[in-house]
Amino acid sequence: MNPVETRLKELMLASLDGDARSYGILLNDLARHLRFYFLRRLSDAHKGDADDLVQETLMSLHTRRATYETDRPFTAWLHAIARYKLIDHFRRNRIRVTVPLDDAEDLFAVDQSDAAADRMDVERLLQSVPEKSRDLIYRTKIEGQSIAEVAQSTGLSEASVKVGIHRGIKAIAAKLKGRADDDR
Amino acid sequence: MTTDDLIARLTGELKPVSRLAVFWRVVIGLGISLVVSSAMMYFWLGMRPDMMTAAGTMMFWTKFAYTLILAVAGTWAVKRIAYPLGSIRVSLAVMAATIVVMIVLAMAKLAMTPPDQHMAMMTGHTVAVCTRNIVLLSLPLLVGAFWVLRGLAPTRLTVAGAAAGLAAGAIASLVYSFHCDESAMPFIAVWYTLGILIPGLIGAIAGRFVLRW
Repeated sequence: MNPVETRLKELMLASLDGDARSYGILLNDLARHLRFYFLRRLSDAHKGDADDLVQETLMSLHTRRATYETDRPFTAWLHAIARYKLIDHFRRNRIRVTVPLDDAEDLFAVDQSDAAADRMDVERLLQSVPEKSRDLIYRTKIEGQSIAEVAQSTGLSEASVKVGIHRGIKAIAAKLKGRADDDR
Repeated sequence: MTTDDLIARLTGELKPVSRLAVFWRVVIGLGISLVVSSAMMYFWLGMRPDMMTAAGTMMFWTKFAYTLILAVAGTWAVKRIAYPLGSIRVSLAVMAATIVVMIVLAMAKLAMTPPDQHMAMMTGHTVAVCTRNIVLLSLPLLVGAFWVLRGLAPTRLTVAGAAAGLAAGAIASLVYSFHCDESAMPFIAVWYTLGILIPGLIGAIAGRFVLRW
């Protein structure tokens, strides 16, 4: 069985028994997966709704967690909820698209590709960056939001967004250089 | 609110969930509305006066079995469709097969009866009210079934609404069979069945509005 499924299912089973620590880990993990899932499916004009959809999905997971049947795959269950939320979002906003009949694999597929390893490297590097810059880099470089969008959603000026990103990238460069030096 | 705040809140609120939580929600929702529907039947329509003798007749139990099977299949459908990936195909197949058997029995009955009595067997003496009464008795059950589903996670709302409506109609027809003293198979096959399908249709139409989450 796929390792992501095994891990998440264990966390979910513990959460159903009331283990708050597992639940926290699970929700944080899912928030990340869901964010990618929604971002990939929203048009540029609606990318900003991804966070709302993530939160709505987590909220639904919470209030309707009794509907997870423990003998079935957890990822398929979560995917069904995420997909419902996405379609509901399209319907509410009268967006005429057809959601491809993707299956649960899509929600977690990134983890099985080399891209996942790359992303982990990137994330590890980002961990070394001060939190403020990290978030800015994440939004602009990884999610592809524009400087203006990020400035608006964080309440910073465009100039300070640019400065923050610049500082972060410098920190990463320093870190990479340090690592290269270590290798020598 | 940021996602991190939300996660902190949800984690703080976490309580253990019983594996039977869905089952109990179905039992409570449909159980309470069954009591309401039965009370409606009792005080508004009244039990059939010949209840004691009727309980010894084959026809009473045929009617009872017919509506009971549909009610159980309908309730099962409500429970199944409450899950995000739930499907009600099995329940629908059971319901369809039951209805087909009833229609075949009714046609056999008609075939054995002289044609001049066919009309009487189809209309009985309550044809004007039978289906309407079942639909009215199904309304509290429909509310109950919708309440059950609103707290759970149906992802196909029209199907979920139809399941709720069929269950409500089937349970209502079971309740109604304690009032109704009609005893002709063709009458049951037509008017009872219609009394179950109409709430199903109401549920299917209302589902996508009422059941959103």
